Amino acid sequence: MRRSTFAYRIQNIKRHWLLLVMILPGIIYLFINNYLPMFGIIIAFKNVNFAKGIWGSDWVGFDNFAYLFQTQDAWVITRNTLLYNGAFIVLGTILSIAVAVLLNEVRKRFVSRLYQSIILLPYLISMVIVAYLVLALLNEENGFVNHYVLPWLGIDSVSWYADAGKWPYILSVVYLWKNVGYTCIVYLASIVGISQEYYESATLDGASKWRQVWSITLPLIKPTMVILVLLSVGRIFNSDFGLFYQVPLNSGALQTTTDVIDTYVYRGLMTFGDFGMSSAAGLYQSIVGFVLVLTTNAFVRRKDKDLALF
Amino acid sequence: MVNLYSNRVYQITVHFVLITMAIAAAFPFLLLISASLTEEQTIIRNGYSLIPDQFSFDAYVYLFNQYSLILRSYGITTFITMVGTLLGLLITTLIAYPLSRNVLPFRSFLSFFVFFTLLFNGGLVPMYLVYTDLFHLKDTIWSLIIPNLLTNGFYILLMRSFFSTSIPGEIVESAYVDGASEWVIYYKIVLPLALPSLATIGLMLMISYWNDWFNGLIFINDGSLYSIQNLLNRMLSDVQYLQQNSLSGKTAVASSVPLASVRMAIAVIGVLPLIAAYPFFQKFFVKGLTIGAVKG
Repeated sequence: MRRSTFAYRIQNIKRHWLLLVMILPGIIYLFINNYLPMFGIIIAFKNVNFAKGIWGSDWVGFDNFAYLFQTQDAWVITRNTLLYNGAFIVLGTILSIAVAVLLNEVRKRFVSRLYQSIILLPYLISMVIVAYLVLALLNEENGFVNHYVLPWLGIDSVSWYADAGKWPYILSVVYLWKNVGYTCIVYLASIVGISQEYYESATLDGASKWRQVWSITLPLIKPTMVILVLLSVGRIFNSDFGLFYQVPLNSGALQTTTDVIDTYVYRGLMTFGDFGMSSAAGLYQSIVGFVLVLTTNAFVRRKDKDLALF
Repeated sequence: MVNLYSNRVYQITVHFVLITMAIAAAFPFLLLISASLTEEQTIIRNGYSLIPDQFSFDAYVYLFNQYSLILRSYGITTFITMVGTLLGLLITTLIAYPLSRNVLPFRSFLSFFVFFTLLFNGGLVPMYLVYTDLFHLKDTIWSLIIPNLLTNGFYILLMRSFFSTSIPGEIVESAYVDGASEWVIYYKIVLPLALPSLATIGLMLMISYWNDWFNGLIFINDGSLYSIQNLLNRMLSDVQYLQQNSLSGKTAVASSVPLASVRMAIAVIGVLPLIAAYPFFQKFFVKGLTIGAVKG
């Protein structure tokens, strides 16, 4: 019935122009906040000179990228970003599902709620607070670990904030501590949706708990798992800036193992004022990220059309 | 009987593991609180411990005497949280509602315009330059509010699908036929019906504004505009900051500042409102997490 002729369109605009007025502030906001910066990627191809202004600065083509990829930096930040996020995806998924399965075994609703609330607590707080908590634990002079845990184990004090080699472990633990509460609740929601009948008949057949988890729970939450993992794979080039900036206290000594693309871009901009190199790194991140999101969306779409983002 | 026994062992194991997880989650918070209540010399001698050898409220007394710096940061945080959440909800619904109506002119173009922002961005440097160079928002309170209004484009997606699935088209249609303008429909019908999702998204926005430190880090140099998170951040990188900015400014007083415990006390003050309010919004929050993660 819908006529999509020109006349119809004009009439439709006349009838519903107020909807356009409504959406206008949001469109303007997105234009300023998201689209104007997209034009700004030309900075990556310029030698920024503030005397000439950003738009007036000289074009240098791909020089900024050439410098970036000639240094060791590009390799280190790419490696760190991918390894950290890869580890987070694998460890986070395994741990979250394990905790969700356990939570589902708790028969008393109130007790289960209590566990959930406590485990979720770290997810709520800012990374600045997390940095304080880590400092209270790992501070060299008065941290809890050096004063109580290590002596108890008979180990000498460790200078945590001076030893880059320890940070992949520390950051992974902090990441899991902060985020498992969140993902496990998402998994729990999908486990709760599984019909009890499966478990009842499995119990009648004499299947052990382990067997039930393996043959019923895991296969049935697979769709949720696939989606969550794919979504994070799509964002594997973007890191949680706070985790890598705040928790190691922005320490230069730790950078070989704590620097990721996001912190590199930030430092280039705020500390060194190297706009060209910094936006080149940012553009590298955006473009690879864009390709990854499109690729994973294509995967999700093949899997289940309704779950695809677009 | 054997079955019953093994079931018992199983249940105990489950609770044991979960209790361990809960302790691991809560332990750092307890340590933080305890550290803020420990006497300064004891911390220097024995380090932060879970149960203070020597209780002391010195850190809190000190903060109480230095209230102006902290109260101002609290004021800034409260202001940006309230204004940001309200404006954020307004702008989210004002995008989502028209997009949910299939009579919206230029609908497919506008949808693409909105959702493309989820896929691609210019990166930090151009964003920074737009706000500082083009709009000169550096060192203004707006730089703490505006960049975060749409922190997460998924909220628009969520809101739009909520509007199009949960609000019956017939109601909107008949109101329209009865002569109600689009504004009246939006304000009197759509928003009240969407109250649960508004609460969920509002809560998410509130938490992100309360916790935001990044905008302050890149846009704010002026200490009088520090939010509580930025004050904390500054004190973390520069232990002497509080000392230098203390009201009294007298060196004799300043040198006796119990820094190790004061630092932890301010962190407690920064996290306390959230934890205190947590039991009340926990239900909403969990609901929000589940709809936010698995597209609803």
